Amino acid sequence: MEANQILFIAIALLTVLSAAMVAFSNKLIHSAFALLATFTGFAMLYVYLSADFLAVTQIVVYVGGILILILFGVLMTHKIYSTTKKTAHNSLIVSLLGGILSAGLILFIISKAPWAPLLAKGFNPTTAIIGKEILTGYLLPFEIISVLLLGALIGAIYIARAEDK
Amino acid sequence: MVGFYTVLLFIFTGAFLVSFTVALSRFFAPTKQYPEKLIPYECGDLPQGDAWIQFNNRFYIVALIFLIFDVEVMFLFPWAVVFNDMGLLAFVEMFIFIVVLLVGYAYVWVKGDLDWIKPKPRLEHLAKGKGE
Repeated sequence: MEANQILFIAIALLTVLSAAMVAFSNKLIHSAFALLATFTGFAMLYVYLSADFLAVTQIVVYVGGILILILFGVLMTHKIYSTTKKTAHNSLIVSLLGGILSAGLILFIISKAPWAPLLAKGFNPTTAIIGKEILTGYLLPFEIISVLLLGALIGAIYIARAEDK
Repeated sequence: MVGFYTVLLFIFTGAFLVSFTVALSRFFAPTKQYPEKLIPYECGDLPQGDAWIQFNNRFYIVALIFLIFDVEVMFLFPWAVVFNDMGLLAFVEMFIFIVVLLVGYAYVWVKGDLDWIKPKPRLEHLAKGKGE
């Protein structure tokens, strides 16, 4: 086995095991911290898929931003552990059905996706290509993103502030 | 992908150095555990209540603002890579992008979300007239 493959298996194990910890941990704060390893594992897997810009975005936005917000949300919730778990064990049949359906969908995508040619092409940096595309071909979506971000900013701030006043 | 091996090397080096230092101090430090040592430290006082306190909502609002501009910065990276080839056009396009987001920044600024509520210490117990 090559060193590359060992590294890949280690990254996959890190991602899957920490994701299992997110799902099965009893304490919400442990889940939130395990999510850190999951997001980092995702970023490493993106590198394997030759998506370097996406990997850096994953680190900067998810690990650096969204995870902090999740932690804030957990820490700011008053008496988070004394509330009864309202979603736990609602219905075994429904959750089993949902799980099987999503597993089937994922398996379908895995069977259809052209994995081997993508990986065989090797690594080539994408940042410059993305930069060229968003400034020429996809200019309008790019400018719309700024409007979307503006809406997200104002909306999020409005909702977060609502209880203050 | 070579650049990312450097990143991996950094991760390994950082993890190794931190765990090595902690293990070293664990190995050499004398361990004498007694109950007083294990209570949370609050300037020598006995801790009151839970360590799980609710902190100010403002931290959350600032984090939300940070997240939006974090995403904006991610779009600056590919722009900066191709800026030399594109010239003035790229400059104008990014200018529009940032100006639209500056509207949001102006909004939160005007609405006072960036203002920190200054604590107003009550000093009635101090005798007035001495220092004023």
